Amino acid sequence: MSQTTSDAPVRRQRAQIKVRTLRTDRWWLAPLLTFLGLSAFLVYGVWAIFDTPYYVPGAEYIAPFSSPCLATSCPEGARLFGLAPFGDWYTLPPGLLILGLPGGFRLTCYYYRKSYYRSFWLSPPACAVQEPHGKYTGETRLPLIMQNIHRYFFYAAIVIGAILSYDAILALVHKPLGLGSWILLLNAVLIVAYTLSCHSCRHITAGRLNHFSRHPVRYRAWTFVSKLNAKHQPLAWASMFSVMGADFYVRLVAKGIIAFPYA
Amino acid sequence: MSYKAKFKVWRGEGGEGKLEDFTVEVNEGEVVLDIIHRLQATQAPDLAVRWNCKAGKCGSCSMEINGKPRLGCMTRMSTFAEDETITVTPMRTFPVIKDLVTDVSFNYQKAREIPSFTPPQGVRPGEYRMQQVDVERSQEFRKCIECFMCNNICHVIRDHEENKPAFAGPRFLMRIAELDMHPYDVADRQESAQEEHGLGYCNITKCCTEVCPEHIKITDNALIPMKERVVDRKYDPLVWLGNKIFRRPK
Repeated sequence: MSQTTSDAPVRRQRAQIKVRTLRTDRWWLAPLLTFLGLSAFLVYGVWAIFDTPYYVPGAEYIAPFSSPCLATSCPEGARLFGLAPFGDWYTLPPGLLILGLPGGFRLTCYYYRKSYYRSFWLSPPACAVQEPHGKYTGETRLPLIMQNIHRYFFYAAIVIGAILSYDAILALVHKPLGLGSWILLLNAVLIVAYTLSCHSCRHITAGRLNHFSRHPVRYRAWTFVSKLNAKHQPLAWASMFSVMGADFYVRLVAKGIIAFPYA
Repeated sequence: MSYKAKFKVWRGEGGEGKLEDFTVEVNEGEVVLDIIHRLQATQAPDLAVRWNCKAGKCGSCSMEINGKPRLGCMTRMSTFAEDETITVTPMRTFPVIKDLVTDVSFNYQKAREIPSFTPPQGVRPGEYRMQQVDVERSQEFRKCIECFMCNNICHVIRDHEENKPAFAGPRFLMRIAELDMHPYDVADRQESAQEEHGLGYCNITKCCTEVCPEHIKITDNALIPMKERVVDRKYDPLVWLGNKIFRRPK
Protein backbone atom coordinates (compact mmCIF):
# COMPACT_ATOMS: atom_id res chain seq x y z
CA MET A 1 0.00 0.00 0.00
CA SER A 2 1.33 3.45 -0.88
CA GLN A 3 2.38 5.81 1.90
CA THR A 4 1.07 9.38 1.94
CA THR A 5 3.76 11.81 3.05
CA SER A 6 2.91 14.89 5.07
CA ASP A 7 3.55 17.30 2.19
CA ALA A 8 1.80 15.31 -0.51
CA PRO A 9 -0.87 17.32 -2.38
CA VAL A 10 -3.55 14.74 -1.58
CA ARG A 11 -3.21 15.60 2.11
CA ARG A 12 -4.33 19.11 1.38
CA GLN A 13 -7.80 17.98 0.38
CA ARG A 14 -10.88 17.61 2.50
CA ALA A 15 -13.32 14.75 2.10
CA GLN A 16 -15.36 15.52 -0.99
CA ILE A 17 -18.98 15.18 0.08
CA LYS A 18 -21.47 16.84 -2.21
CA VAL A 19 -24.39 17.40 0.16
CA ARG A 20 -24.77 20.51 2.35
CA THR A 21 -25.14 18.41 5.45
CA LEU A 22 -25.44 14.80 6.53
CA ARG A 23 -27.46 15.73 9.60
CA THR A 24 -30.57 13.62 9.98
CA ASP A 25 -32.32 15.60 12.73
CA ARG A 26 -34.70 18.52 12.19
CA TRP A 27 -31.91 21.11 12.17
CA TRP A 28 -34.08 23.54 10.19
CA LEU A 29 -36.75 23.82 12.89
CA ALA A 30 -34.89 26.14 15.30
CA PRO A 31 -33.89 28.72 12.65
CA LEU A 32 -37.41 28.61 11.19
CA LEU A 33 -39.05 29.26 14.57
CA THR A 34 -36.51 31.99 15.29
CA PHE A 35 -37.23 33.60 11.92
CA LEU A 36 -40.97 33.56 12.60
CA GLY A 37 -40.58 34.88 16.16
CA LEU A 38 -38.28 37.75 15.23
CA SER A 39 -40.36 38.62 12.16
CA ALA A 40 -43.50 38.79 14.31
CA PHE A 41 -41.70 41.18 16.67
CA LEU A 42 -40.59 43.41 13.80
CA VAL A 43 -44.05 43.52 12.22
CA TYR A 44 -45.69 44.24 15.56
CA GLY A 45 -43.13 46.95 16.34
CA VAL A 46 -43.81 48.80 13.07
CA TRP A 47 -47.56 48.57 13.63
CA ALA A 48 -47.26 49.74 17.25
CA ILE A 49 -45.21 52.81 16.35
CA PHE A 50 -48.02 54.19 14.21
CA ASP A 51 -50.93 52.95 16.31
CA THR A 52 -52.88 55.25 18.63
CA PRO A 53 -54.10 55.42 21.37
CA TYR A 54 -51.41 54.06 23.64
CA TYR A 55 -52.32 55.64 26.99
CA VAL A 56 -55.06 54.88 29.54
CA PRO A 57 -55.78 57.95 31.68
CA GLY A 58 -56.80 57.28 35.28
CA ALA A 59 -55.13 53.88 35.37
CA GLU A 60 -51.96 55.56 34.06
CA TYR A 61 -51.14 52.70 31.74
CA ILE A 62 -48.77 53.59 28.94
CA ALA A 63 -47.86 51.14 26.22
CA PRO A 64 -44.14 50.19 26.50
CA PHE A 65 -43.51 50.85 22.79
CA SER A 66 -44.55 54.49 23.32
CA SER A 67 -42.73 55.11 26.60
CA PRO A 68 -41.15 57.48 27.43
CA CYS A 69 -43.41 59.95 25.67
CA LEU A 70 -41.34 63.08 25.10
CA ALA A 71 -43.33 65.37 22.79
CA THR A 72 -46.29 67.69 23.26
CA SER A 73 -48.25 65.47 20.90
CA CYS A 74 -48.36 62.94 23.77
CA PRO A 75 -51.39 63.14 26.08
CA GLU A 76 -50.44 65.22 29.11
CA GLY A 77 -50.58 62.35 31.60
CA ALA A 78 -48.45 60.16 29.33
CA ARG A 79 -45.47 62.50 29.35
CA LEU A 80 -42.50 61.39 31.42
CA PHE A 81 -42.55 63.50 34.62
CA GLY A 82 -44.95 65.82 32.77
CA LEU A 83 -42.12 67.01 30.52
CA ALA A 84 -42.13 67.32 26.75
CA PRO A 85 -38.55 68.19 25.81
CA PHE A 86 -39.20 67.72 22.11
CA GLY A 87 -41.87 70.41 22.15
CA ASP A 88 -44.61 70.82 19.60
CA TRP A 89 -42.40 70.88 16.50
CA TYR A 90 -42.17 67.10 16.66
CA THR A 91 -45.31 65.65 15.11
CA LEU A 92 -44.24 62.10 14.22
CA PRO A 93 -45.28 59.19 16.45
CA PRO A 94 -43.53 59.46 19.85
CA GLY A 95 -42.36 55.84 19.69
CA LEU A 96 -40.02 56.74 16.82
CA LEU A 97 -38.04 58.99 19.19
CA ILE A 98 -36.94 56.24 21.53
CA LEU A 99 -37.42 52.82 19.96
CA GLY A 100 -34.01 53.01 18.31
CA LEU A 101 -32.42 52.57 21.73
CA PRO A 102 -34.01 49.31 22.92
CA GLY A 103 -34.12 48.21 19.27
CA GLY A 104 -30.40 48.85 18.89
CA PHE A 105 -29.75 47.04 22.16
CA ARG A 106 -31.48 43.93 20.86
CA LEU A 107 -30.01 44.27 17.38
CA THR A 108 -26.44 44.28 18.69
CA CYS A 109 -27.10 41.80 21.55
CA TYR A 110 -24.80 38.79 21.42
CA TYR A 111 -27.74 36.39 21.64
CA TYR A 112 -29.82 38.09 18.95
CA ARG A 113 -26.77 38.26 16.72
CA LYS A 114 -26.51 34.49 16.90
CA SER A 115 -30.20 34.08 16.21
CA TYR A 116 -30.50 36.36 13.21
CA TYR A 117 -27.16 35.37 11.70
CA ARG A 118 -28.53 31.85 11.73
CA SER A 119 -32.16 32.38 10.83
CA PHE A 120 -32.10 35.42 8.51
CA TRP A 121 -28.61 35.37 7.01
CA LEU A 122 -28.10 31.58 7.17
CA SER A 123 -24.53 32.08 8.25
CA PRO A 124 -24.75 29.22 9.09
CA PRO A 125 -28.41 28.11 9.30
CA ALA A 126 -27.40 25.43 11.81
CA CYS A 127 -24.20 23.81 13.02
CA ALA A 128 -22.55 21.58 10.40
CA VAL A 129 -24.93 22.82 7.70
CA GLN A 130 -23.12 24.54 4.87
CA GLU A 131 -23.96 28.22 4.47
CA PRO A 132 -24.97 29.50 1.02
CA HIS A 133 -22.53 32.44 0.86
CA GLY A 134 -19.40 32.36 -1.24
CA LYS A 135 -17.50 34.82 0.95
CA TYR A 136 -17.44 35.56 4.65
CA THR A 137 -15.75 38.36 6.58
CA GLY A 138 -17.78 38.22 9.80
CA GLU A 139 -17.65 41.28 12.02
CA THR A 140 -14.32 42.52 10.71
CA ARG A 141 -15.60 45.36 8.54
CA LEU A 142 -18.53 47.72 8.00
CA PRO A 143 -21.38 47.41 8.64
CA LEU A 144 -21.04 44.49 11.07
CA ILE A 145 -18.03 45.94 12.87
CA MET A 146 -20.57 48.38 14.34
CA GLN A 147 -21.83 45.52 16.54
CA ASN A 148 -18.99 46.58 18.82
CA ILE A 149 -21.02 49.56 20.08
CA HIS A 150 -23.33 47.18 21.95
CA ARG A 151 -22.29 48.50 25.36
CA TYR A 152 -23.55 52.01 24.50
CA PHE A 153 -26.97 50.58 23.71
CA PHE A 154 -26.71 48.74 27.01
CA TYR A 155 -26.30 52.04 28.87
CA ALA A 156 -29.41 53.37 27.08
CA ALA A 157 -31.31 50.15 27.78
CA ILE A 158 -30.67 50.58 31.51
CA VAL A 159 -32.41 53.97 31.32
CA ILE A 160 -35.31 52.54 29.31
CA GLY A 161 -35.64 49.67 31.81
CA ALA A 162 -35.79 52.17 34.66
CA ILE A 163 -38.50 54.16 32.87
CA LEU A 164 -40.61 51.06 32.21
CA SER A 165 -40.24 50.14 35.89
CA TYR A 166 -41.38 53.66 36.84
CA ASP A 167 -44.39 53.29 34.49
CA ALA A 168 -45.31 49.99 36.12
CA ILE A 169 -45.03 51.40 39.65
CA LEU A 170 -47.09 54.44 38.64
CA ALA A 171 -49.79 52.14 37.25
CA LEU A 172 -49.73 50.04 40.43
CA VAL A 173 -50.13 53.16 42.56
CA HIS A 174 -53.10 54.37 40.53
CA LYS A 175 -54.75 51.00 39.93
CA PRO A 176 -53.31 48.36 42.25
CA LEU A 177 -56.00 45.83 41.33
CA GLY A 178 -55.71 46.42 37.62
CA LEU A 179 -54.57 43.48 35.53
CA GLY A 180 -52.69 45.92 33.32
CA SER A 181 -50.62 47.16 36.28
CA TRP A 182 -49.37 43.66 36.98
CA ILE A 183 -48.75 42.93 33.31
CA LEU A 184 -46.65 46.10 33.11
CA LEU A 185 -44.79 45.10 36.27
CA LEU A 186 -44.03 41.60 34.95
CA ASN A 187 -42.82 43.13 31.71
CA ALA A 188 -40.57 45.59 33.55
CA VAL A 189 -39.04 42.78 35.62
CA LEU A 190 -38.30 40.72 32.51
CA ILE A 191 -36.91 43.71 30.61
CA VAL A 192 -34.60 44.64 33.50
CA ALA A 193 -33.50 41.01 33.95
CA TYR A 194 -32.75 40.70 30.23
CA THR A 195 -30.83 43.99 30.29
CA LEU A 196 -28.75 43.02 33.32
CA SER A 197 -27.99 39.58 31.89
CA CYS A 198 -26.24 41.21 28.92
CA HIS A 199 -22.68 40.15 28.12
CA SER A 200 -21.55 43.78 28.10
CA CYS A 201 -22.98 44.24 31.60
CA ARG A 202 -21.04 41.16 32.69
CA HIS A 203 -17.88 42.66 31.25
CA ILE A 204 -18.46 46.07 32.80
CA THR A 205 -19.11 44.72 36.31
CA ALA A 206 -15.78 42.90 36.55
CA GLY A 207 -15.23 40.87 33.38
CA ARG A 208 -12.48 43.21 32.30
CA LEU A 209 -10.50 42.57 35.50
CA ASN A 210 -7.85 39.88 35.96
CA HIS A 211 -7.65 40.15 39.74
CA PHE A 212 -11.11 39.45 41.13
CA SER A 213 -9.65 39.11 44.63
CA ARG A 214 -8.68 42.79 44.68
CA HIS A 215 -12.25 43.88 43.85
CA PRO A 216 -14.62 41.77 45.98
CA VAL A 217 -17.70 43.95 45.42
CA ARG A 218 -17.29 43.98 41.66
CA TYR A 219 -16.59 40.26 41.75
CA ARG A 220 -19.85 39.63 43.57
CA ALA A 221 -21.68 41.75 41.00
CA TRP A 222 -19.98 39.77 38.22
CA THR A 223 -21.02 36.49 39.86
CA PHE A 224 -24.63 37.67 40.02
CA VAL A 225 -24.63 38.91 36.43
CA SER A 226 -22.94 35.68 35.29
CA LYS A 227 -25.82 33.67 36.75
CA LEU A 228 -28.30 35.87 34.91
CA ASN A 229 -26.13 35.74 31.80
CA ALA A 230 -26.51 31.96 31.64
CA LYS A 231 -30.25 32.65 31.09
CA HIS A 232 -29.71 35.38 28.51
CA GLN A 233 -31.40 33.50 25.68
CA PRO A 234 -34.62 32.60 27.54
CA LEU A 235 -34.73 36.11 29.02
CA ALA A 236 -34.35 37.59 25.53
CA TRP A 237 -37.38 35.66 24.30
CA ALA A 238 -39.43 36.11 27.46
CA SER A 239 -38.87 39.87 27.54
CA MET A 240 -39.56 40.17 23.80
CA PHE A 241 -42.93 38.47 24.13
CA SER A 242 -43.73 40.26 27.38
CA VAL A 243 -43.10 43.69 25.87
CA MET A 244 -45.28 42.82 22.88
CA GLY A 245 -47.98 41.36 25.13
CA ALA A 246 -47.98 44.28 27.58
CA ASP A 247 -47.99 46.81 24.76
CA PHE A 248 -50.87 45.10 22.97
CA TYR A 249 -52.86 44.78 26.19
CA VAL A 250 -52.55 48.49 27.02
CA ARG A 251 -53.60 49.44 23.50
CA LEU A 252 -56.66 47.20 23.72
CA VAL A 253 -57.62 48.82 27.05
CA ALA A 254 -56.96 52.28 25.61
CA LYS A 255 -59.24 51.51 22.64
CA GLY A 256 -61.97 50.21 24.95
CA ILE A 257 -61.84 46.71 23.48
CA ILE A 258 -60.93 45.35 26.91
CA ALA A 259 -63.18 47.12 29.38
CA PHE A 260 -63.87 44.97 32.46
CA PRO A 261 -63.50 46.76 35.84
CA TYR A 262 -60.16 45.23 36.78
CA ALA A 263 -58.63 45.54 33.30
CA MET B 1 -29.16 -7.86 23.05
CA SER B 2 -27.37 -7.59 19.75
CA TYR B 3 -28.65 -6.50 16.36
CA LYS B 4 -27.36 -5.74 12.89
CA ALA B 5 -26.92 -2.03 12.20
CA LYS B 6 -26.55 -0.32 8.85
CA PHE B 7 -23.52 1.95 8.53
CA LYS B 8 -22.28 4.26 5.79
CA VAL B 9 -18.60 5.00 6.28
CA TRP B 10 -16.62 7.46 4.16
CA ARG B 11 -13.60 5.74 2.69
CA GLY B 12 -10.88 7.24 0.56
CA GLU B 13 -7.52 8.94 0.46
CA GLY B 14 -6.86 12.62 0.04
CA GLY B 15 -10.16 14.20 -0.86
CA GLU B 16 -11.30 11.42 -3.15
CA GLY B 17 -13.54 8.78 -1.74
CA LYS B 18 -17.12 7.75 -1.16
CA LEU B 19 -19.55 6.45 1.42
CA GLU B 20 -19.47 2.66 1.62
CA ASP B 21 -22.30 0.56 3.04
CA PHE B 22 -21.77 -1.96 5.82
CA THR B 23 -24.03 -4.11 7.93
CA VAL B 24 -22.40 -4.84 11.25
CA GLU B 25 -23.23 -6.41 14.58
CA VAL B 26 -23.95 -4.12 17.54
CA ASN B 27 -24.00 -5.31 21.15
CA GLU B 28 -25.46 -3.70 24.24
CA GLY B 29 -23.35 -0.92 25.75
CA GLU B 30 -21.23 -0.31 22.66
CA VAL B 31 -20.18 3.01 21.22
CA VAL B 32 -19.61 4.01 17.59
CA LEU B 33 -15.85 3.49 17.90
CA ASP B 34 -16.50 -0.14 18.93
CA ILE B 35 -18.44 -0.64 15.72
CA ILE B 36 -15.68 0.93 13.64
CA HIS B 37 -13.24 -1.47 15.30
CA ARG B 38 -15.56 -4.39 14.55
CA LEU B 39 -15.62 -3.30 10.90
CA GLN B 40 -11.83 -3.32 10.92
CA ALA B 41 -11.78 -6.77 12.48
CA THR B 42 -14.39 -8.38 10.25
CA GLN B 43 -14.95 -6.55 6.97
CA ALA B 44 -12.50 -3.72 6.26
CA PRO B 45 -9.07 -4.46 7.74
CA ASP B 46 -7.51 -1.39 6.08
CA LEU B 47 -10.11 1.07 7.43
CA ALA B 48 -8.14 3.91 9.01
CA VAL B 49 -9.32 5.52 12.24
CA ARG B 50 -7.39 7.52 14.81
CA TRP B 51 -8.08 6.62 18.42
CA ASN B 52 -6.30 6.31 21.70
CA CYS B 53 -7.87 6.39 25.16
CA LYS B 54 -11.46 5.28 24.47
CA ALA B 55 -12.47 7.38 27.46
CA GLY B 56 -13.25 10.78 25.95
CA LYS B 57 -10.08 12.37 27.24
CA CYS B 58 -7.50 12.17 24.46
CA GLY B 59 -9.53 13.85 21.71
CA SER B 60 -8.23 11.50 19.03
CA CYS B 61 -11.38 9.87 17.67
CA SER B 62 -13.13 13.04 16.47
CA MET B 63 -15.33 12.21 13.49
CA GLU B 64 -18.71 13.21 12.11
CA ILE B 65 -21.58 10.92 12.98
CA ASN B 66 -24.83 11.58 11.13
CA GLY B 67 -23.35 14.90 10.08
CA LYS B 68 -22.43 16.13 13.57
CA PRO B 69 -18.91 16.26 14.98
CA ARG B 70 -18.69 13.74 17.81
CA LEU B 71 -16.13 11.66 19.65
CA GLY B 72 -16.55 8.09 18.38
CA CYS B 73 -15.75 6.70 21.81
CA MET B 74 -18.41 8.79 23.56
CA THR B 75 -21.29 8.26 21.14
CA ARG B 76 -23.42 5.43 22.42
CA MET B 77 -25.13 3.18 19.91
CA SER B 78 -28.19 3.19 22.18
CA THR B 79 -28.83 6.81 21.11
CA PHE B 80 -29.74 5.59 17.61
CA ALA B 81 -32.77 3.62 16.49
CA GLU B 82 -31.96 0.05 15.50
CA ASP B 83 -33.28 0.57 11.97
CA GLU B 84 -31.39 3.85 11.51
CA THR B 85 -28.56 4.07 9.00
CA ILE B 86 -25.61 5.71 10.69
CA THR B 87 -23.29 7.79 8.55
CA VAL B 88 -19.68 8.22 9.66
CA THR B 89 -17.34 10.63 7.89
CA PRO B 90 -14.03 12.30 8.72
CA MET B 91 -14.00 15.88 10.02
CA ARG B 92 -14.95 18.09 7.08
CA THR B 93 -12.71 21.09 7.80
CA PHE B 94 -9.35 19.33 7.66
CA PRO B 95 -7.64 17.45 4.84
CA VAL B 96 -8.11 13.71 4.80
CA ILE B 97 -5.14 11.41 5.13
CA LYS B 98 -7.13 8.21 4.83
CA ASP B 99 -10.71 7.20 5.60
CA LEU B 100 -11.62 8.73 8.97
CA VAL B 101 -8.16 10.11 9.72
CA THR B 102 -7.63 13.81 9.03
CA ASP B 103 -4.54 15.96 9.03
CA VAL B 104 -5.09 18.38 11.92
CA SER B 105 -1.74 20.15 11.60
CA PHE B 106 -3.62 23.41 10.88
CA ASN B 107 -4.32 23.46 14.60
CA TYR B 108 -0.71 22.93 15.62
CA GLN B 109 0.32 25.72 13.30
CA LYS B 110 -2.20 28.06 14.94
CA ALA B 111 -1.04 26.99 18.41
CA ARG B 112 2.53 27.93 17.53
CA GLU B 113 1.45 31.40 16.42
CA ILE B 114 0.25 32.32 19.93
CA PRO B 115 2.99 33.63 22.24
CA SER B 116 3.25 31.48 25.33
CA PHE B 117 2.54 32.60 28.91
CA THR B 118 4.53 35.76 29.60
CA PRO B 119 5.09 36.59 33.29
CA PRO B 120 6.21 40.05 34.42
CA GLN B 121 9.92 40.72 34.45
CA GLY B 122 11.50 40.03 37.80
CA VAL B 123 8.91 37.47 38.90
CA ARG B 124 10.39 34.01 38.82
CA PRO B 125 8.61 30.65 38.85
CA GLY B 126 7.75 29.87 42.45
CA GLU B 127 7.03 33.49 43.22
CA TYR B 128 3.57 33.62 41.68
CA ARG B 129 0.89 34.23 44.30
CA MET B 130 -2.65 33.93 43.00
CA GLN B 131 -6.03 33.56 44.64
CA GLN B 132 -8.17 30.68 43.41
CA VAL B 133 -10.86 33.17 42.48
CA ASP B 134 -8.43 34.88 40.09
CA VAL B 135 -7.52 31.77 38.13
CA GLU B 136 -10.66 29.67 38.11
CA ARG B 137 -12.13 31.50 35.15
CA SER B 138 -9.30 30.39 32.89
CA GLN B 139 -9.15 26.94 34.48
CA GLU B 140 -12.39 26.11 32.67
CA PHE B 141 -10.54 26.48 29.37
CA ARG B 142 -7.82 24.07 30.48
CA LYS B 143 -10.34 21.24 30.37
CA CYS B 144 -9.87 21.33 26.58
CA ILE B 145 -8.81 17.92 25.24
CA GLU B 146 -7.89 19.31 21.82
CA CYS B 147 -10.27 17.16 19.85
CA PHE B 148 -10.54 20.15 17.47
CA MET B 149 -14.23 19.60 16.94
CA CYS B 150 -14.85 23.28 17.70
CA ASN B 151 -12.49 24.33 14.95
CA ASN B 152 -13.99 21.69 12.70
CA ILE B 153 -17.56 22.92 13.09
CA CYS B 154 -16.79 26.64 12.96
CA HIS B 155 -18.31 27.81 9.68
CA VAL B 156 -15.68 30.55 9.34
CA ILE B 157 -13.20 27.94 8.14
CA ARG B 158 -15.47 24.95 7.55
CA ASP B 159 -17.30 26.75 4.74
CA HIS B 160 -14.50 29.16 3.78
CA GLU B 161 -11.10 27.56 3.33
CA GLU B 162 -9.73 30.98 2.34
CA ASN B 163 -10.19 32.23 5.91
CA LYS B 164 -7.79 29.72 7.40
CA PRO B 165 -4.69 31.96 7.29
CA ALA B 166 -6.50 34.79 9.10
CA PHE B 167 -8.55 32.86 11.65
CA ALA B 168 -7.23 30.84 14.57
CA GLY B 169 -10.55 29.17 15.32
CA PRO B 170 -12.41 28.94 18.63
CA ARG B 171 -9.92 26.58 20.24
CA PHE B 172 -7.06 29.04 19.95
CA LEU B 173 -9.08 32.19 20.51
CA MET B 174 -10.04 30.48 23.77
CA ARG B 175 -6.34 29.93 24.46
CA ILE B 176 -5.73 33.65 23.92
CA ALA B 177 -8.61 34.47 26.30
CA GLU B 178 -7.16 32.08 28.88
CA LEU B 179 -3.82 33.87 28.78
CA ASP B 180 -5.35 37.34 28.66
CA MET B 181 -7.37 36.59 31.81
CA HIS B 182 -4.34 35.19 33.63
CA PRO B 183 -3.34 37.47 36.54
CA TYR B 184 0.37 37.11 35.76
CA ASP B 185 0.37 37.32 31.98
CA VAL B 186 1.62 40.66 30.67
CA ALA B 187 1.69 40.06 26.91
CA ASP B 188 -0.60 42.15 24.73
CA ARG B 189 -3.25 39.66 23.69
CA GLN B 190 -6.13 41.95 22.81
CA GLU B 191 -4.68 43.73 19.82
CA SER B 192 -3.29 40.52 18.36
CA ALA B 193 -6.55 38.60 18.99
CA GLN B 194 -8.32 40.98 16.64
CA GLU B 195 -5.58 41.79 14.14
CA GLU B 196 -3.60 38.56 13.89
CA HIS B 197 -5.90 35.77 15.03
CA GLY B 198 -9.19 36.89 13.50
CA LEU B 199 -11.48 37.32 16.51
CA GLY B 200 -13.63 39.65 14.40
CA TYR B 201 -14.51 36.76 12.10
CA CYS B 202 -16.40 35.06 14.92
CA ASN B 203 -20.11 35.81 14.62
CA ILE B 204 -20.88 34.00 17.89
CA THR B 205 -23.24 31.42 16.44
CA LYS B 206 -22.10 29.12 19.26
CA CYS B 207 -21.54 25.92 17.29
CA CYS B 208 -18.19 25.53 19.06
CA THR B 209 -19.98 25.48 22.41
CA GLU B 210 -22.59 23.03 21.12
CA VAL B 211 -20.03 20.41 20.10
CA CYS B 212 -17.51 20.71 22.93
CA PRO B 213 -17.33 17.27 24.61
CA GLU B 214 -15.97 18.90 27.77
CA HIS B 215 -18.95 21.30 27.87
CA ILE B 216 -16.71 24.33 27.98
CA LYS B 217 -18.74 27.50 27.44
CA ILE B 218 -16.38 28.63 24.71
CA THR B 219 -18.54 31.41 23.33
CA ASP B 220 -19.97 32.87 26.53
CA ASN B 221 -16.90 32.55 28.72
CA ALA B 222 -14.02 32.99 26.28
CA LEU B 223 -14.93 34.48 22.91
CA ILE B 224 -17.48 37.09 23.98
CA PRO B 225 -15.42 38.28 27.00
CA MET B 226 -12.45 38.53 24.63
CA LYS B 227 -14.53 40.51 22.15
CA GLU B 228 -15.52 42.86 24.98
CA ARG B 229 -11.86 43.29 25.95
CA VAL B 230 -11.06 44.13 22.34
CA VAL B 231 -13.87 46.71 22.38
CA ASP B 232 -12.24 48.25 25.47
CA ARG B 233 -9.01 48.45 23.60
CA LYS B 234 -10.06 49.47 20.11
CA TYR B 235 -13.64 50.67 19.83
CA ASP B 236 -14.72 52.35 23.06
CA PRO B 237 -13.58 55.99 23.28
CA LEU B 238 -14.75 56.32 26.89
CA VAL B 239 -12.61 53.43 28.09
CA TRP B 240 -9.70 54.74 26.04
CA LEU B 241 -10.09 58.16 27.65
CA GLY B 242 -10.45 56.61 31.11
CA ASN B 243 -7.27 54.65 30.61
CA LYS B 244 -5.46 57.82 29.58
CA ILE B 245 -6.67 59.91 32.51
CA PHE B 246 -6.69 57.31 35.29
CA ARG B 247 -4.59 54.25 35.89
CA ARG B 248 -7.41 51.75 35.67
CA PRO B 249 -7.12 48.56 37.69
CA LYS B 250 -6.63 45.27 35.86
